[in-house]
Amino acid sequence: MQFMLLFSRQGKLRLQKWYVPLSDKEKKKITRELVQTVLARKPKMCSFLEWRDLKIVYKRYASLYFCCAIEDQDNELITLEIIHRYVELLDKYFGSVCELDIIFNFEKAYFILDEFLLGGEAQETSKKNVLKAIEQADLLQEVSTQSVTSEHLCKCIATPQ
Amino acid sequence: MPAPIRLRELIRTIRTARTQAEEREMIQKECAAIRSSFREEDNTYRCRNVAKLLYMHMLGYPAHFGQLECLKLIASQKFTDKRIGYLGAMLLLDERQDVHLLMTNCIKNDLNHSTQYVQGLSLCTLGCMGSSEMCRDLAGEVEKLLKTSNSYLRKKAALCAVHVIRKVPELMEMFLPATKNLLSEKNHGEILHTSVVLLTEMCERSPDMLSHFRKLVPQLVRILKNLIMSGYSPEHDVSGISDPFLQVRILRLLRILGKGDDDSSEAMNDILAQVATNTETSKNVGNAILYETVLTIMDIKSESGLRVLAINILGRFLLNNDKNIRYVALTSLLKTVQTDHNAVQRHRSTIVDCLKDLDVSIKRRAMELSFALVNGNNIRGMMKELLYFLDSCDPDFKADCASGIFLAAEKYAPSKRWHIDTVMRVLTTAGSYVRDDSVPNLIQLITNSVEMHAYTVQRLYKALLDDISQQPLVQVASWCIGEYGDLLVSGQCEEEEPIQVDALEDEVLDVLEGLLVSNLSTPVTRAYSLTAIMKLSTRFSSVNRIKKVVSIYGSSIDVELQQRAVEYNANDLLDLLGGNDVVPVIQTTVPTKPASAGGELLDLLGDLSLTGIPPMTAYNKNGLKIEFTFERSNPSPNIAVITIHATNSTEADMTEFVFQAAVPKTFQLQLLSPSSNVVPALNQGSVTQVIRVLNPQKQQLRMRIKLTYTHKGSPVQDLAEVNNFPPQSWQ
Repeated sequence: MQFMLLFSRQGKLRLQKWYVPLSDKEKKKITRELVQTVLARKPKMCSFLEWRDLKIVYKRYASLYFCCAIEDQDNELITLEIIHRYVELLDKYFGSVCELDIIFNFEKAYFILDEFLLGGEAQETSKKNVLKAIEQADLLQEVSTQSVTSEHLCKCIATPQ
Repeated sequence: MPAPIRLRELIRTIRTARTQAEEREMIQKECAAIRSSFREEDNTYRCRNVAKLLYMHMLGYPAHFGQLECLKLIASQKFTDKRIGYLGAMLLLDERQDVHLLMTNCIKNDLNHSTQYVQGLSLCTLGCMGSSEMCRDLAGEVEKLLKTSNSYLRKKAALCAVHVIRKVPELMEMFLPATKNLLSEKNHGEILHTSVVLLTEMCERSPDMLSHFRKLVPQLVRILKNLIMSGYSPEHDVSGISDPFLQVRILRLLRILGKGDDDSSEAMNDILAQVATNTETSKNVGNAILYETVLTIMDIKSESGLRVLAINILGRFLLNNDKNIRYVALTSLLKTVQTDHNAVQRHRSTIVDCLKDLDVSIKRRAMELSFALVNGNNIRGMMKELLYFLDSCDPDFKADCASGIFLAAEKYAPSKRWHIDTVMRVLTTAGSYVRDDSVPNLIQLITNSVEMHAYTVQRLYKALLDDISQQPLVQVASWCIGEYGDLLVSGQCEEEEPIQVDALEDEVLDVLEGLLVSNLSTPVTRAYSLTAIMKLSTRFSSVNRIKKVVSIYGSSIDVELQQRAVEYNANDLLDLLGGNDVVPVIQTTVPTKPASAGGELLDLLGDLSLTGIPPMTAYNKNGLKIEFTFERSNPSPNIAVITIHATNSTEADMTEFVFQAAVPKTFQLQLLSPSSNVVPALNQGSVTQVIRVLNPQKQQLRMRIKLTYTHKGSPVQDLAEVNNFPPQSWQ
């Protein structure tokens, strides 16, 4: 996967994850053009389109569009499953996730994504394991903000699996 | 100094902004506060401030002043700080800036941190955005982590290694030892997915690695088998299918390992058949696996039975309600249509049905596939569908579709009449979208279909009566009428059912003149119709009318038209040969020996005495100079013998040089062969050619000459009038 974008029906960006090195300017240009292209698609059209030399896979969940750019040899159908898995993770974490959750907790949306995908590939295919890791990390975060001895506590919590 | 506002509060505030300007103001205010907070080196709130900055960055506002702060957060001991710091680094820093290198040391430390979640953060960041330099520096650490027993870290290290290899391919070797046990049973399957991804990357990049890892095929087959056969595993299950992500990746790796290798392909044959037949197809996830299976079957050396199985899966995909499935089916079929043509042919009717799909991408693929499947047996049926498609499809498709139809018709037309009819249909339904180069091709086609000329011109004429807006149609029709106008008005037709066309000469000329004046006609179209009118002067009897029309255009603003009209009108020149050329060419015979046209000319073979007629420059343009020298033959003073001398002052040769001339009706002209057809550069030589002009009526000599040659790779053509003949040459 080269990048993933989440945006609303009005074209507002809610999350952007880039797995290829591009300048800020290029990212903005790509985002703008791609958002326009996807928003112009009619409901009866399929979830895939060719854009520049990439394959774009997108799916709308409620008011949010999830849009991924994959390479030629990647499987479009399984990418739809990747997107779906990410939505399930968000849903489990936030409890019936909605766009507002992602707006107000965007950094958590990133943390969850980073536990699921790394370098554009799935690192963990078990939903349970991803959520467990996030839970533990959240716990670590809570502890580290509370006391000075957090470093010591970190060592206790972080037991290898 | 009050504490900086919290992230969520800022988000809430910004969302209350009613205008872009209001939002900008809020952002600027907050940025100013954040900046001063950064200046104070405030450790407590740095994390909060950077988080806010990241939010504003997502809205599109500049946030580069927070880059160094991210580095400070990464270096902090607090996990919260690190989390936001690494996130900020991934969002704000890019490898083009030197600043990012400052991260290297922090990452190195964190890769060795005692807390696995910190190690995880650094692995993730490195694997997402690490530059080549960073990868070089830290590859060793990644390799170490690839061998740890901690599966949480091992899988992250594997994907991080993938990134390192992509950035610095030479480092691939160093990860080889660590891959030894990646697929072994001891690993509880948790790291299988990332291991397969890493192995895939290595095999794709290096033929040596590929051969080395071929021995894993049996293991991979076994793992895949267990996945399919094993019972319900809730953790990795998607709609009743065990770990589809892993299945797909294994199938992809098998594809790479089996390609071009008989043994490996054979070893995976059974499992592929099993997956192909047993996978549940009711949901997308099952079809995703089938899709990958089909791709693998088609790429490796599978037996024909398996290949047919794969194509049939694609055929079933085409009937699926889910348009995504239809889309991937068409894409895959397009890839295999050349190699497995017959198998794909069996699904032709389903493919043709997809032409009616609502999705643009599906339609396009169906169109491409349809053209690939057209052959001599199905041409009539297929063409019906394709013509119907041409009628109703988006304008974006029409040009490609029309071109495709022309090509197919050319290859497989069952009869000439069918061919012409098909061409006509395309011109009338999509005439404006037909490519420019089709017009000369179609003219060629019509010319060659000798027995269809009457039929063709009558049909085209009829089409013109209906519609003159589609330029390629109008151009072809004009050309046809100019060429076969006599067949048009005579009403005769080779076909059994003649087309009811009552065309009188005047009506035909009305139509052609109408094209000349219409706003819909492009300059090219006007040129075609004017030429057609001129040609009809030799076929129709209403020559006066034609002359009148043409003379009007002698002063046309359109230079092309003017030129043609003038050529035509110049002193009653006859013999504007259309032939297969659109541009009327003034040709004279170019014999290699004197023609025996009249005894007078033959007597010239001796006895040429040079008189004192001064030479003249007939033409001097673009470095080409043509001089005429005169000899008069004494026995026959009516004959002027002119020798042309062509010289070239430019620095490049003029090759393929052809000199042609035309004279008024009362003269006769004979052109002997030239000394050569290359006029050398820089006046290093000349081309000479002899012209004999018979002037029995002693009229003033006038000549129109046409020069064609190639200069510096480009063809050059010019026409000129020569009127400055010295009186002695013709008196």
